[in-house]
Amino acid sequence: MKRRDFLKLGTGIVIACRVDPLWAFHGRGQMPRLDYPTDFNAYLRIGGDGRVTCFVGKIEMGQGNMTSLSQLVAEELNVPLGAIDIVMGDTDLCPWDLGTFGSMSLPVFGPVLRRAAAEAREVLRELASERLQIPLDSLVVKDGTIHDAQHPDRAITYASLAAGQVITRHVSGPPPLKDASTFTIVGQSAPRRDGISKVTGTAIYTGDVRLPGMLYAKLLRPPAHDATRIRIDTTAVGNVKDAIVIRDGDVVAALHERPDEAAKAAALIGAEFAFGAAALDNANIFEHVVNAAPAGQQVVSTGTVEQGEHLASAVFEQTYVNGYVAHAPMETHTALAQWENGKVTIWASTQAPFMVKNQIATALGVPPDRVRIITPFVGGGFGGKTMAPQAIEAARLAKATGRPVQVAWDRAEEFFYDTFRPAAVVKLKSGIDGAGHIVLWNGDVYGAGDGGAEPVYDIPHQRVVVHGGWQNPAPGHHPFGVGAWRAPAFNSNTFARELQIDLMASHAGLDPLTFRLNNLSDQRMRRVLQTAADRFGWRPLKAPSGRGVGVACGVYSHTYVATVAEVALDSSTGHVQVTRVVCAQDMGLVVNPEGARMQIEGCITMGLGYALSEEIQFSHGEIADRNFDTYQIPRFSWLPKIETILIDSPALPPSAGGEPAIICMGAVIGNALHDAVGVRLLQLPMTPARVKAALDRRS
Amino acid sequence: MRAIAFTLNGQPQRVSVDEDRRLLWVLRTELGLTGTKFGCGRALCGACTVLVNAEPMRSCQLPMSAVAGQSVRTIEGLGQADRLHPLQRAFIDRAAFQCGFCTPGMLMAAYALLLKTPNPSATEIIDSMDRNLCRCGAHTRIVAAIQSVARGQGERP
Repeated sequence: MKRRDFLKLGTGIVIACRVDPLWAFHGRGQMPRLDYPTDFNAYLRIGGDGRVTCFVGKIEMGQGNMTSLSQLVAEELNVPLGAIDIVMGDTDLCPWDLGTFGSMSLPVFGPVLRRAAAEAREVLRELASERLQIPLDSLVVKDGTIHDAQHPDRAITYASLAAGQVITRHVSGPPPLKDASTFTIVGQSAPRRDGISKVTGTAIYTGDVRLPGMLYAKLLRPPAHDATRIRIDTTAVGNVKDAIVIRDGDVVAALHERPDEAAKAAALIGAEFAFGAAALDNANIFEHVVNAAPAGQQVVSTGTVEQGEHLASAVFEQTYVNGYVAHAPMETHTALAQWENGKVTIWASTQAPFMVKNQIATALGVPPDRVRIITPFVGGGFGGKTMAPQAIEAARLAKATGRPVQVAWDRAEEFFYDTFRPAAVVKLKSGIDGAGHIVLWNGDVYGAGDGGAEPVYDIPHQRVVVHGGWQNPAPGHHPFGVGAWRAPAFNSNTFARELQIDLMASHAGLDPLTFRLNNLSDQRMRRVLQTAADRFGWRPLKAPSGRGVGVACGVYSHTYVATVAEVALDSSTGHVQVTRVVCAQDMGLVVNPEGARMQIEGCITMGLGYALSEEIQFSHGEIADRNFDTYQIPRFSWLPKIETILIDSPALPPSAGGEPAIICMGAVIGNALHDAVGVRLLQLPMTPARVKAALDRRS
Repeated sequence: MRAIAFTLNGQPQRVSVDEDRRLLWVLRTELGLTGTKFGCGRALCGACTVLVNAEPMRSCQLPMSAVAGQSVRTIEGLGQADRLHPLQRAFIDRAAFQCGFCTPGMLMAAYALLLKTPNPSATEIIDSMDRNLCRCGAHTRIVAAIQSVARGQGERP
C-alpha cells in the first residue's frame, strides 16, 4: 500500500483505500490473482450521523455474508455492529468483485475489507490526534469514539471527524489489523441483518422491483436443446387484450403489463421446430462422457503407477458415476431492465453482477460504463446464477419496447436453461499392501473436473488425470449447459474416493475410521475425523456391520470436513432414510459461528438430494424434469438429526464455509448404506429403484 | 372483467380483474403485495402460500373467483417489523431461513398449522410442512421455530 485518499462525497467522507490485490492471498499460493480496485474505490463511508456504510460487490443469496462482512468492518473500525449499513452488488456504487461463489466472501474478500476498515480507523485516529492535540499512541477507539486512554472525556466521534471534511493523505505501510484475541464482534454469533425484512415479506428480490410503465415478458422457448425454430405465427397473441409481441432476432416474446397475461399470450404463439440428431439420454450419457472427453490433464503425479502396483498386495478397480443435477433455487432467474439516455440499469438475480455487467455490454454493444447492475436479495444461487442470460433478454426487450421489462423464468425454463452439475464418470484403481497401507492411487475423472480429485491420504504412488470438467466444457461433451454446482467437482470426486477407501478398508478387515486414520498424517484431517467420530459415538467394527453407519471426509478450499452418518433402509422399497448426521468442520477463524452452522446444515440437507434423488431426466435434447413433481429436492420428512461441530482454529485465516460440508454427503450415505446391508451403490443418486435392484442382485 | 370483493389482511378489498386470473399475480401486481412469491406455478413448492379463511392455499393456482367474499391473509398481514408475529420472531431467533425466498410461504403454512393445531408434535409439524420446499436447508430450524411458538414461548397466534 503506497497511499490512501479521502474524498468528500455527500454528507460523509468516502475512504478510498488502495488495496494491494495480492495482500489477500499471502500464503495462499493456489488462489487466483484477483484485481480488487487499487484506486478510487470506496469500501466505506462514514456519515455525519456516525453510521458506516459499507460497499461490497458481493451479493447476499442466503449464505449470510451480509452479516459476516458487516462483522469484519465493525470489528476493525471499533463500531457497534448495528452502526453498519451494507450496500451489496451494485456495480455503480460498489467496488469490483469477481462474484459470490467458491465460498470466497470471507477468505478472499474478507481481508480486503478488513484492511480498508483498519485503514479508516487509523486515519481517523490520526485526525483525532491532530484535532485533540493528543499523541496518536495515547488514543483508543471504542464504539466509534476516539478518546484519550487516560482521560476518556477528551474524545471525538468518527461522526464529527467525518462531517464536512475533504482529506487526502499519503501514508505508507499497511494498517495494523486487530489481533484475533482482541475480537469482540468477529467470532460471536450475530443475528442475521436481513432477518426482519425476510420474515415480513418486505425483503426485495429482483422480481419484486416495480417501475412505472414496466412490462412483463414471456419468451418463446424451444422444446429441446437441439431444436431450431423454423416457423412462428404470432397472430393469436392478439386474443389477449393489450399483449404485444416483440421479435428481435432469436428473441420472440409476448409482453404485457401483467405477468400472467404475458404468459398466457406467449402460450398462443404458434411455432414449429426442427429437431437435430441429439441421441443422448440418461442411459447412454456415461459412455458418451468418457468417449467424447477432451484430452486429459494430469493433476496428480507422485511416484509411479508401476511401483504402486508392484507394492500392492490387493488392487481394487471400480467405476463411479453420477448424472446431471439441477441447482433449483427457489427464486428462478429474474431480471428487470430499464434504459435511460443510452444507459441501461438492470436489476438481476445473479451471483456475479460485475461479470453480468460485461456480459450485457458485449451482448448489447454498449460501453460497460453505460451498464449498471443492481443485485437485490438473491433467492438462492448454489452456482447456478453466475451468468444471467435473462438479463440480456430483459435488456434487449426493454430496448425494443422503450419501456422497463421484467423477464422472470418459470420453473420449466429454470430447469431447461440450468447449467447443471455435469454427469461424471470416475474410474479408480487403488491398492493396499499387506499392512493395510494405501500404496497406489490411479484415477481417471471424466466430466466432473479436478476439484477433490486429489486423494487426501498418504499414498506414495499416485496418478490422477482429469478429462474435462464443469468449467469451460469442451464442445459436445455435454448435451446442454453445465457449470458450477455447490462445491463443483468435489461431490463427484469425494463420492468416488470415499467409497473406494471403504472398499479397501473392508478388504483389509479394518473399520472405516481406523483405516482412514492409518493412512492419514494430516493433523487437521485426523482431528475432524476423530471429532466427528467421538461425537457420534463411533464403535469400530468392520463394514458391513449391519448398523448402517458410515464416515467420509475431505478438504474444500482449506476447510477440513468429516461427516459420520447413520441410515435406515427399507429393504422392501429400497428407500434410504438418513437418521443422523454428525459433521465436524475446521474452517480456520470462524467469523459468525451460528452462520457457519447454518451453512453446514444447508450443505447436509442439500446433499441429501444429490445423494438420494436428484438426477435430471433427459433424452434427445429434451429436459423431462420441468418442476418439483418429478425432480424431488429434500423435504422436511427427509431430514436427519443434524449435529455440527466447529473446530476452533482462530490462529488460521477464515477459509471456505458455504460449500465444504456438502462434499461428503454422497459418500457418507453410500458408505452407511453398505454398512447396513453390504451393497455398494456406485451410481448417484441412490434412488429406491437402484437400491432395490442392488439388493435383488445380491440375493 | 369482474369486480371481486374480498377481505385482504383484515381490510375490505375490491379489484376488477378477470375472474380466472390467479390470486398470486393479482396480489403481486395490481395490489403491490410482493411478499408472496412465485416458485413453481403448479402448487408444488409452497412459496406462494396464503391463508383463505383459515386454510393454507397455493395462490399460484387459486382463481380470483374462489377468493370472492373470502378472507385472505398474506405475509404482509401476519405482522410488521415493529410488531412481529411470534412465529416471525421465532424464525429470526432460530435463524430459520437463509435466502428467505420460501420464508413467507413457510410462515403462512406454519401459521395455518398453529391455528388448527396449537400444540403440534414434531411429527405433525413435519407432516404439515412437507409440501413447502426450501432449497437452502433451513428445515430443522424451521421445525424448531414452530415448536418454540407452539410451546407457548410467545403469545398464541
